[in-house]
Amino acid sequence: MIRALLLSAAALIAAPALAQTVAITGATVALGDGSAPIQNATLVFRDGRIIAAGSGVAAPAGAEVIDAHGKWVSPGLVAGFTGLGLHDANGIEESNDGSAKGSPFAAAIDVSTAINPTGVKIANERLGGVTRALVAPDTGNSIFAGQGAVIDLGDDADPVMRARAFQYVELGEHGARDAGGSRPAAYALFRDALTQAQDYRRNPATFGGRDRGALIKRSDAEALLKVIDGQVPLVVHVDRASDIRNVLGLTRDYPKLRLVLTGASEGWRVAREIAAAKVPVIAAALADLPESFEAVAATESNVGRMRAAGVQVGLSADGASGGEHNIRQYAGNLVAITRIPGATGLDWGQALASITSGPAAALGLDGEIGSLRPGRRADVILWDGDPLEIESQPVAIWIDGKPQPMHSRQTELRDRYLTPTEGALPKAYDRR
Amino acid sequence: MGHVRGLRLLAGAAVALSLVACGGANGERPKTASSTPGKAYSRDPYPSTYHRYPGVPTLVRNVTVFDGEGGRIDNGSVLFADGKIVAIGQTLDAPAGASVVDGQGKWITPGVIDIHSHLGDYPSPGIRALSDGNEATAPVTADVWAEHSVWPQDPGFGRALANGGVTALQILPGSANLFGGRSVVLKNVYARTTQAMKFPGAPYGLKMACGENPKRVYGSKGREPSTRMGNIAVDRATWAKAQTYKRKWDKYERDGGDQPERDIAMDTLRGVLAGEIRVQNHCYRADEMATVLDMAKEFGYHVTAFHHAVEAYKIADLLKANDTCAAVWADWYGFKMESYDGIGANLALLEKAGACAMIHSDDANGIQRLNQEVAKALSAGRRAGIDIPDAVAWKWLSLNPARALGIDNQTGSLKPGKMADVVLWNGNPFSVYTRPEKVWVDGALLYDANDPKRRPVSDFELGQPGSGDVK
Repeated sequence: MIRALLLSAAALIAAPALAQTVAITGATVALGDGSAPIQNATLVFRDGRIIAAGSGVAAPAGAEVIDAHGKWVSPGLVAGFTGLGLHDANGIEESNDGSAKGSPFAAAIDVSTAINPTGVKIANERLGGVTRALVAPDTGNSIFAGQGAVIDLGDDADPVMRARAFQYVELGEHGARDAGGSRPAAYALFRDALTQAQDYRRNPATFGGRDRGALIKRSDAEALLKVIDGQVPLVVHVDRASDIRNVLGLTRDYPKLRLVLTGASEGWRVAREIAAAKVPVIAAALADLPESFEAVAATESNVGRMRAAGVQVGLSADGASGGEHNIRQYAGNLVAITRIPGATGLDWGQALASITSGPAAALGLDGEIGSLRPGRRADVILWDGDPLEIESQPVAIWIDGKPQPMHSRQTELRDRYLTPTEGALPKAYDRR
Repeated sequence: MGHVRGLRLLAGAAVALSLVACGGANGERPKTASSTPGKAYSRDPYPSTYHRYPGVPTLVRNVTVFDGEGGRIDNGSVLFADGKIVAIGQTLDAPAGASVVDGQGKWITPGVIDIHSHLGDYPSPGIRALSDGNEATAPVTADVWAEHSVWPQDPGFGRALANGGVTALQILPGSANLFGGRSVVLKNVYARTTQAMKFPGAPYGLKMACGENPKRVYGSKGREPSTRMGNIAVDRATWAKAQTYKRKWDKYERDGGDQPERDIAMDTLRGVLAGEIRVQNHCYRADEMATVLDMAKEFGYHVTAFHHAVEAYKIADLLKANDTCAAVWADWYGFKMESYDGIGANLALLEKAGACAMIHSDDANGIQRLNQEVAKALSAGRRAGIDIPDAVAWKWLSLNPARALGIDNQTGSLKPGKMADVVLWNGNPFSVYTRPEKVWVDGALLYDANDPKRRPVSDFELGQPGSGDVK
């Protein structure tokens, strides 16, 4: 069955007509919008977009029909916030574009020019079910890290779905360090930078911003104006409950800010305030240790408690040394803790949403990606089992409706060393 | 500051080594040799004061048993009392007064053993004041002992118990140095002192490191080693000195005479050469592991396990032939050059080749779900056509690490007579939806998901926000 599916995916790769309609029938379909999975359902997509999904959906005439009884279908996973695409390995400094300590620019930095779609991690993570990523820079010389991008992990040369999709700023302990040593210094820098951006808007001709000592440059000011005007979301990394309150208070002075919180280890302590402010959160699912003094109250129930209070939540892939695809393991764990007395997790539908439509919604992109509702981009994973269960794996993957290869450098290494000893020739001659 | 301190330490080491060298040149045995043996130094100056906590005889029945040695019993029973496993089987009778637990839909396994942890020496919170894992002031610091850094109030111990079912673990120094220092094996039971957590009778380990870390740390200081060949050169020079030291002390302890100069670092290396202390070697790349295996033969020691052995799958046959284990992550890869070739099927390929393999964490979060990490490795293996039964894979979580730590005669499987280090899981432990329900260490119930009073709270967390919360 799996082999037949793989063959049909391969056939699709060979087919030039993108207008091909695909119908996946008989599967358990999970829409990724928070709803429960639908048994024995059909998913139809055409021209890179979802046409229909549900139990009463018929395969259109002429469609490529894939019988998926016993299998599951979900939207592709959306990994946020991550450095995927910005480096070949974090520790390889020469090719790491995650941060730029020596640059005079900060908020102006735009990671979209750094994304390398042929980096081996892209294919590895795609094979794990990740189809989109919210790529964020790290801070260098300022509390402002710069402008992040939303990318797809498709096997093509065009990875950037949305450049300059958000601005990223540090306002907790990292922000204190980046600002010279304290939280108040970080806030002083933040407010001064926004004030200067407004100065620049009022009179660009008199705005300096080219001096060596200028705190922000003209292009930084331009990037920050989009934040002040609410044209792009401001993603703020904070963890401590009191820091979260401070960030929520920023809208008193900057009413158009579109805040998104990330980190938020103590978010559950201020969950109702976050919900009332309608600020979405992308948080680590399983950060349950007081890793710093800003995460003393960390618990695996954090995301569940925020969700229960009405906060729009998504899970972060941050720090996943095994790769971004492990967000599905994290989501599954939040279902697991619903069986632990005193803990608050997510139900299955919410858990899947937290790694699909949740991160997309945080940036206002859930109309485009993150679910299998009609009109969304056809990022589709066919799994051989429950997508949140560890043993399950993708057996076919489409991004923007295009079938994706089912191998990566990791599978090639594996196959080369299935038997470790050399045969008639050295291992260097053994390849697919 | 650290740099100055490092230079001072190095100078001290040079003095000590020159004294050793003098002794070697002039230390001929007097013709009228006394036959009185010399006084041996203590091999255990910081002895374990661990004691087991009281438990009640407990029978868990109607439960799926993974015995930790590869065996599985469906609808089976496990009985333990007085801190020890009494029996496992299909059906067992409950002794009078025993607590009987119905295991319907649940699994019972030996406690998880993590051979590679930095809990206590890199504890939470991860602040500089508690950063005690790397004595990164010289590439050879075989003199340091991890137990002298371990903070027994690390909240991570409790998380590893409650979320991970971890009952024993090895705390290692970090990998900045070629010779990082001595490890310590702990019972995962909170105590006021580190000695009271020490696993009774567990042999010591010596942490060594290959590859990028030592050459980066010392190369950036303009010192040897700055290359991989420098790593091995310093290793070999150190082992050569250790052989001299061992000869002198062996002779003194056997024949008496003038007591040789003590060198705390060399004590540890002598212990390795004598087979008393196990080498636990951080090493990612296949070719470097092969070099280290030859170095071990050159100087007469054995490498017990390569840790972080990301490329072990490339030399599974060589590891098997050398009786050296590989301790690995399930899927960590691509975070530095030497991890670039990491693959999820590593564990399965090692098992297929008959090599000794095990999971490890090196991580305060990862240690909380090593069972799930093994589930990933199993799945990756099955994709490669290597179908390892679940019950066999449990060896990667308990018996194999116990063997590599030299405590397998005491724990690591549900064999009668062994310590009752036991986890009852609320489902299949290789499912993402499963968590520990109860954890016993030496038969004492130290975690119970249904009883908030059986949930440890370290001193650090007491009285702070979230104290006593589920974590």
